[in-house]
Amino acid sequence: MAAMAVESAEDGAARTLPSLGRLSRGLPFGRAYGRLGNSPSGRLILPAPLSQESGDPQRTALLLRKAWTLYSVTPLYRFCRGRLRDYARLLGAFIAAERQKGLAVEVGVELDIKVALSSLPELQGSEQDQPAVLVQLSSRSRASPKNSEDKILWSGCFCCVYGDDLSENMPEDFTCLPLFLANGAESYMSVVGNWFQKTFDCIFRRLAISPFSLTWMVAMWTGCKVDKATSGVELVFSVPRLPQPLDISYAIHPEDAKALWDTIQKTPGEITQEEVDVFMDCLYSHFHRHFKIHLSATKLVKVSTAIASAHCDGIVKMLHSQYLSGVLMLLTELAISQIQ
Amino acid sequence: MGRIISADRVNTRLLKSLIPASVIPENSVVTAVSWLCTNKSSGSIQLLFLRWLITVFDFIDRKEQVNALYGFFFSFLQDEKLCPYVCHVLYLLTRKENVKPFRVRRLLDLQAKMGMQPHLQALLSLYKLFCPELVTITLPTKTKTYFKSSEGPWKAAMNAVRQRNQGSTPLTQAVFLGTAQPQSRKRKWNTQLVLPASSARNSEVGTEKYSDLFSTDETFPVEQLQTFPQLLQNIHRLEFPSQMGSVLTNPLLLHYMNCVRDESIYLRLYYWMGQMLQEECTWCVVDNTNETEFKSFLETIYKAECFLQEGFPACEEFLYKSLPLWDGSSCRPEILKLVSWIPLSSSPEIKSYVYGPLAQLFFTSSLYFKCSVLESLKELLENWLNCNVIDMDPEFHSLNTTLSGLVTVVADLIHFVGRLSTVGLRLEKNSTLLLFFILDFYETVCDMYLKYNLPLLILPPAGVFYPALLSMDSVTLNQLCYIMYRYRTNLVAAKENEESKKICPEDTTLNFKLIKGKRWDWYLEYLYAQGLEGLKVFIESSINRVSQASLRKAENVEA
Repeated sequence: MAAMAVESAEDGAARTLPSLGRLSRGLPFGRAYGRLGNSPSGRLILPAPLSQESGDPQRTALLLRKAWTLYSVTPLYRFCRGRLRDYARLLGAFIAAERQKGLAVEVGVELDIKVALSSLPELQGSEQDQPAVLVQLSSRSRASPKNSEDKILWSGCFCCVYGDDLSENMPEDFTCLPLFLANGAESYMSVVGNWFQKTFDCIFRRLAISPFSLTWMVAMWTGCKVDKATSGVELVFSVPRLPQPLDISYAIHPEDAKALWDTIQKTPGEITQEEVDVFMDCLYSHFHRHFKIHLSATKLVKVSTAIASAHCDGIVKMLHSQYLSGVLMLLTELAISQIQ
Repeated sequence: MGRIISADRVNTRLLKSLIPASVIPENSVVTAVSWLCTNKSSGSIQLLFLRWLITVFDFIDRKEQVNALYGFFFSFLQDEKLCPYVCHVLYLLTRKENVKPFRVRRLLDLQAKMGMQPHLQALLSLYKLFCPELVTITLPTKTKTYFKSSEGPWKAAMNAVRQRNQGSTPLTQAVFLGTAQPQSRKRKWNTQLVLPASSARNSEVGTEKYSDLFSTDETFPVEQLQTFPQLLQNIHRLEFPSQMGSVLTNPLLLHYMNCVRDESIYLRLYYWMGQMLQEECTWCVVDNTNETEFKSFLETIYKAECFLQEGFPACEEFLYKSLPLWDGSSCRPEILKLVSWIPLSSSPEIKSYVYGPLAQLFFTSSLYFKCSVLESLKELLENWLNCNVIDMDPEFHSLNTTLSGLVTVVADLIHFVGRLSTVGLRLEKNSTLLLFFILDFYETVCDMYLKYNLPLLILPPAGVFYPALLSMDSVTLNQLCYIMYRYRTNLVAAKENEESKKICPEDTTLNFKLIKGKRWDWYLEYLYAQGLEGLKVFIESSINRVSQASLRKAENVEA
C-alpha cells in the first residue's frame, strides 16, 4: 500500500492519487486478470493481438502515427448515440459563438469550421464496452475551390477498451468512455472540452503516465511479436535539477531487446512485476557498465518501441495496427484509475 | 578582472533594487554622488546610477544640497557616454543661479565638437530661458522630446509599490524587482471550481427517451430560481442544472437535492467533486500552489455538508487518499472540518487512512493542532451518534445497521481518542487547554445513552482521568465532576430501563437488563477493578452524602 502512495508523492509526473482499489496491490495494471486469467495480483494477462476483425481497418488507421494527448473523462450523462448529428450541429454553433467572443484560435484566414461526430465500433474490447466516438473539426478556407478536400484541424476520440471495471454497475443514463485522445491545437481542445463538460456533466483531466507505468509499457511492448521491427527500443531519461538539465537517450536494437525479454519472460502472454524489474535492471546495469551512470536514479520520461511510444506528460503515438487494442486497453486502465 | 566583473553585477542588482516607497532622503543622494566622483565604479554603473537618479528625481525630499553639487554633475559632461544622462539630470536641477557664462561656453564647445545633440539643445534652451542675454545663438523653439525616456526597470516596480501601498492586490517578489513574469495562475479550462447553474440543454431537440411524466409542462429554468417560495411553487417541474457542481453554492438547489431520490444526480456530483478535489489538491499535485482557491472550495463543500447534514462520498474518498500524504498545515482548518463529516461505516479504511495519519501528525505537532484534531473528532462522534438517533433510510447507509456494528465503530473511535489523549497529555505536560478539549470529547461520550440512545459506556482512561482529577484548575475539575455525574446518571437510567439490549463481545458494552441487585454490586466492583480507585471513593462518598442529606430531610419533615 505504502509503495504506491510514496511513489505518487515523490514523482512529479504522477498527478493522480492512488485509487483506493489498488492501494493494496501496488500495480498500475492488472485488472485484466479478472477476465482474461485467474492469477493473483502481480500479473497481467495480455490480450491476443487483433486478427482481421470485423470493421474497416482503414477507420482505425487514422489513430496510427499521430501524437495523441491523453485525457481521462468521467461518464457522460444522457449521451444519446442516435443524436450524433444534432450534437455536431450544437457543437459547431458553440464553436462559432466562442470565436465571436474572440476565444478561439487561428488568426488570419477566415475559416468555416465543420464538426463531425461519428461512431467507431471497431475500437471496443469486451461486449460491455461502449463503441468509440470520434470528433473531427475540419475547415475549408473560403478562398479555396468548392470541391477541394476539407483540412482536418483537430481530432478527438472517446474510447473504452476493456473498461468493465468502470461500466459494471453504471446506471443506464451514463455512458462510459473514460479515455480521450486529442490531436491538434490546445485551443480547439478547450472549446470542444468545454462544450462536452457543459452538455454532459463530465470532467476532462490530463492523464499523465508515471515512470512506473512506462516501465511496464516498455516491457510489454518489447515482447510483442512484429514482422519486421522498423525501429528499436528507445528510452529517454531526464535529470532535471542540474544547472543545465540533462537528457539521456538510450537506444537498443529491437532484436537484442526482444531476445533479452524472451529470456526473462516465463509464461507467454503473462507478465509479472519481477519480470519487469529484472528487464529494467538488465538495461540499467548494461548502461552503467559503459557509462558509469545509474539510470535508476534518473527519471524515465519517454519510451518508444515498434508498437507505440509514450511520454510521461501523457502523449502517445501508436504505430502498429495489430496491437492497437492492447495499447488502448492499457491507456483505458490508466484513465479509469484516475477517475475512480 | 574577475573581481571587477562580479562587483559590477552586484552593483547593478543593487541599483535595480533601489525602489522608493515614499521619499528619498537628500543626503543619501549626496553620498551616492560623492561615491560617483571617486571613479571607482565602471562606466556602466555610473550610467545606471544616473538613470536611476533621473527616474526617482521627484522622490527626493529636498534638493538644496543636491543642487549644490551642480558643478560636480557638470564636470561629467566630458564623458561622452554619460553626456546625455548628465544633461538630463542638469536639466532637472538647473535654477537661474546655476546659469554661468563659463557653463554656456562649455556647452557651446561641446556642441561644436559633437554637433547639435538634442540633450545639449535642451540644456541650452533652458539656459536661454533663464538668462537670454548669455545664450545668444538661435535655438529651435519647438520643443520636442529632448530626452529619451530612461525610466528603465524601476518604473514598473515603483508602480507596483504604489499600488500595494494603496491596498491593491499583492504582487510577487519577481514583479517587485521587475525581472520576471507575474505569477498569476491561469485558470485551466477544465477545472472551474465555481460553476454557474444553467439549465440542461438536452430538452432542445426532442428527447423522447427522457421525457418526463410532466412533459406537457415546460421545465422551470434553473437560472431564474431565486427564492424559496419559487422553489416550492415549481418543485414539480424543476430540473437540475446541466453541471451538478453548481449546486454547491446554491442553497435552494441543495434543498431540492434533499427531496429528490434520483441516483444519477448523486453520481454526477460524486464524479465532479472527486475529480476537482484530486486535480486541485495543493499537496498532492506538484504544480498547484494557489491555496486560497482550494481552501475556499473545501469550505464550500463543508458548508454544503452541514446544510445536508451528511458527508459526500467523493469527499470521504478524497480524505482517504490525501490524508496519508497530508503535511498537517495546508488548508488545516478546512480539512479537519471535513474529517468530521466522514460517514459512519464499518469498513476498515478509516483506521488506516484517517486514524493512522492523524495520529502521526498529532504526536508530532503543536498544542493547537492537537486541540483542533480533538475538536474535529468530537464533531465526528456527534455526527455519527446523530445518525443513530435520526431514522435514516437503510439504502443510503453503507453500514450494516445492526446495533453491534454501530457500537463497534463508535467504540473504536472513542478508544482511539483515548490513546491520543493519554499520550498527548504526557507530551504537553497536562496542558489545561488540551485537557479542556479532551474532557469536551468525553462530555459527549458520557451522555451517549441518554442523549443518543446508544447503550455504550466507556470511561476515560486513567491517563486522562487522573491528570484531570489532580489538576490545579477549577475549570478542569468542574468539567470532570460534571462528566462523572453524567456517567452515573446514564448508568442508573440504563439500569431502570426495561428495553433489552444485545451484549457486545467487548467488555465495555453491557446488557443492563441483567444487572439487578447483587449483579449491580458485582458491576460496580468490576468498574473499580479497572483501576479507578478514585472513582470508588467518589461514588461511595457521594452516596453517603446523598443518604445523609435525605435522612436529614426526612428528619426535618418529621420535625
